[in-house]
Amino acid sequence: MPTVKADLHACQGYANCVVGATDYFDLDDDGIVVLLKTKVPEPERSRVTEAARSCPVSALVVED
Amino acid sequence: MNTTTVIVGSSIGGVRTAQSLRLEGYEGDIVIVGAERALPYDKPPLSKSILSGNAEESSILLLTREQAEEAKIQLLLGHAATGIDVAGSLLYLQDHEPLNFDNLVIATGASARPSPWGQRPGIHVLRSLDDCRKLRADLLKGGGLAVIGAGFIGAEAAATGRTLGLEVTVIDPLPIPMSRIFNAEIGQLFGELHRNNGVTTIFGTGVEAIEGEQGSFSVRLTNGQTVQAATVLVGIGAVPNDAWLDSSGLLVDNGVVLDEFCRAVDAPNVYGVGDVARWRHQKHGADIRIEHWTNAVEQASCVAHNITHPDSPREYTPVEYVWSDQHDWKIQVVGRVGGNADHVLIGDPELHGKFAALYTTDGVELYGAAIVNWPKALLACRHGMGSEIGVQELRDKLELLLEPQPTAAL
Repeated sequence: MPTVKADLHACQGYANCVVGATDYFDLDDDGIVVLLKTKVPEPERSRVTEAARSCPVSALVVED
Repeated sequence: MNTTTVIVGSSIGGVRTAQSLRLEGYEGDIVIVGAERALPYDKPPLSKSILSGNAEESSILLLTREQAEEAKIQLLLGHAATGIDVAGSLLYLQDHEPLNFDNLVIATGASARPSPWGQRPGIHVLRSLDDCRKLRADLLKGGGLAVIGAGFIGAEAAATGRTLGLEVTVIDPLPIPMSRIFNAEIGQLFGELHRNNGVTTIFGTGVEAIEGEQGSFSVRLTNGQTVQAATVLVGIGAVPNDAWLDSSGLLVDNGVVLDEFCRAVDAPNVYGVGDVARWRHQKHGADIRIEHWTNAVEQASCVAHNITHPDSPREYTPVEYVWSDQHDWKIQVVGRVGGNADHVLIGDPELHGKFAALYTTDGVELYGAAIVNWPKALLACRHGMGSEIGVQELRDKLELLLEPQPTAAL
């Protein structure tokens, strides 16, 4: 199953991912991304990938 | 049966359109045409980490040759588009035979408005990677930097100049430059930010002329004052790259004019994305054009959906979002701010090191927000813009979030 991965050092807290897929992404108090789920069922791949690609610093990726 | 989508523009809007088309299951050919020879790269770092040297150029690549090949995206770089035959579905290119298309996506972006005070070595604009390299080379020679225009690009470059140890002067004809975006009271805070970080600000005064040569410019101001600088950056906005559409017959009015589905009003198989696109925003009830990174990405996604779902196209009605990094401030703007809107301020830059300004036009509805160094407030505002939450309720929520015992910053 596709998996979403986060680069916590790259994250700058823009929150585009949270707006794109609020059920997968959140921010902690320091503004660093928190993954609420990592496994991405196939029907959700498109939506979660779009949310990951909306990251301005490419901190997120959905991989097989 | 096989179709071809040609995307004109190899920056973020063009690349994301291509990637989103594949994500949507588009099986036709995809060609990205770019005027620049360079592989597609990302622009926001050009006034920050690439200009300062904190990041490598390789870190801003948007699409490598391998990634393009894997996604079956053809890259045709170094050929500027010169015109469109809409009826004949042909795109004309410089030094290349015309391309046939079934769908065309116009994503040619915008260019820095050129210096009206002469263009010669040492007088810079900042938009492309090439601009960034030239400016950085001059900044590394040392000497003062004069920045004309205190918008986001000018302000970010000024901050970067300070991190490189340069004496920096920012000049803007408005007494409170950021009032253009935020209103006077909030805009004032940004002037203070720059002065607190050693930038000399000369606001409320225009530029008469730039005299002298690289290394020893004299920037003559309308109040008679003169600013000495080795290097000058002119940051006075951008203009959409739409002149090449003049002969196409498409409606162009400060950007290519699109309907609510981001289709050219007079050619439904021609779409627009990003800085060059002026589309009908149904929630605002107006044709608007936005020069922000996030807008290009979201519009690309919408256009990819509409190309692959012609029977159920989606209206494009985004909530605006833009960020800017200046000195130690991460500035984030959601929705619409300034204009006729009033604001309420939560937090204090000196006392808390963070703040949020909520904007409302009627005292009830949240119209937009400006947030500095406060991730939780940013999230609340971004969620709030899409919901029914009123500005008073959101203010109460943010005040609860604010540390009850302020630690003295600065």
